[in-house]
Amino acid sequence: MKVFWYILIGLCGGVLGGMGMGGGTLLIPMLTLFMKVGQHAAQGINLIAFIPMSVAAIVIHTRNKLIEKKIILPILASAVLTSAAGAFLSLKTGVGELRLYFGIFLIAVGGAYLTAAIVKKVKSKKQKGTATPDERHI
Amino acid sequence: MAEISKKKALLIMLAGGAVAGFVNGFFGGGGGMIVIPLLTALLKTEKKKAHATTIAIILPLSLISGAVYLFKGAAKLDILAAAGGGVIAGGIIGAILLNKISNEKIAVIFYIVMIVSGISLVLFR
Repeated sequence: MKVFWYILIGLCGGVLGGMGMGGGTLLIPMLTLFMKVGQHAAQGINLIAFIPMSVAAIVIHTRNKLIEKKIILPILASAVLTSAAGAFLSLKTGVGELRLYFGIFLIAVGGAYLTAAIVKKVKSKKQKGTATPDERHI
Repeated sequence: MAEISKKKALLIMLAGGAVAGFVNGFFGGGGGMIVIPLLTALLKTEKKKAHATTIAIILPLSLISGAVYLFKGAAKLDILAAAGGGVIAGGIIGAILLNKISNEKIAVIFYIVMIVSGISLVLFR
């Protein structure tokens, strides 16, 4: 029965991820809050579960010439180092503490994106006709 | 990247990359939420390209941090198999849905769910 819930939670996260909305940020809290999976385990599962989907997406996006190769390397130059450091530090952090930080991270990022969405909506209402309705959200 | 100097752009990319990498490793995800505004707002990348490029940036980061979690025994393989299967199926559905429904409304719901989940995590530890 538990397997069913894991698949369902994976489905929800996958749908959001497939739509380009950062499904991982919801897969982790769904696993910890509903299934009582440990914070570290949920984070490890999230990182690995999205790899096959990312590969498929990159193949499609490359064909459609949507990937800006020039940007990737300079960002990765520093990011590869900090991503390993972050993972090691996370595994040294206590579960309760990590949950607290992750919760604050979700509130901050969700709040920032929500504010940006509201500001955009208000602006587009003020200058109707000039707004682009097809802009995508993460 | 026409409006800002090359040097400034490089600094933004290095600093932003450092933050996104750390977030993705420390929280096991969410790095994309940092990279997207970095590309669209600071580097003036077009939105569709920004989304596509973000995935290409996050994949190697997830491989690195995922390997750390895996080798340290932090990822439970049985749950990974079940949830991972769901993610793949869901990913296909999501990619199809993307062109069919207004994702501006879904995005707002998504942000609110994020905030509510965050509050639950902070309150119930």
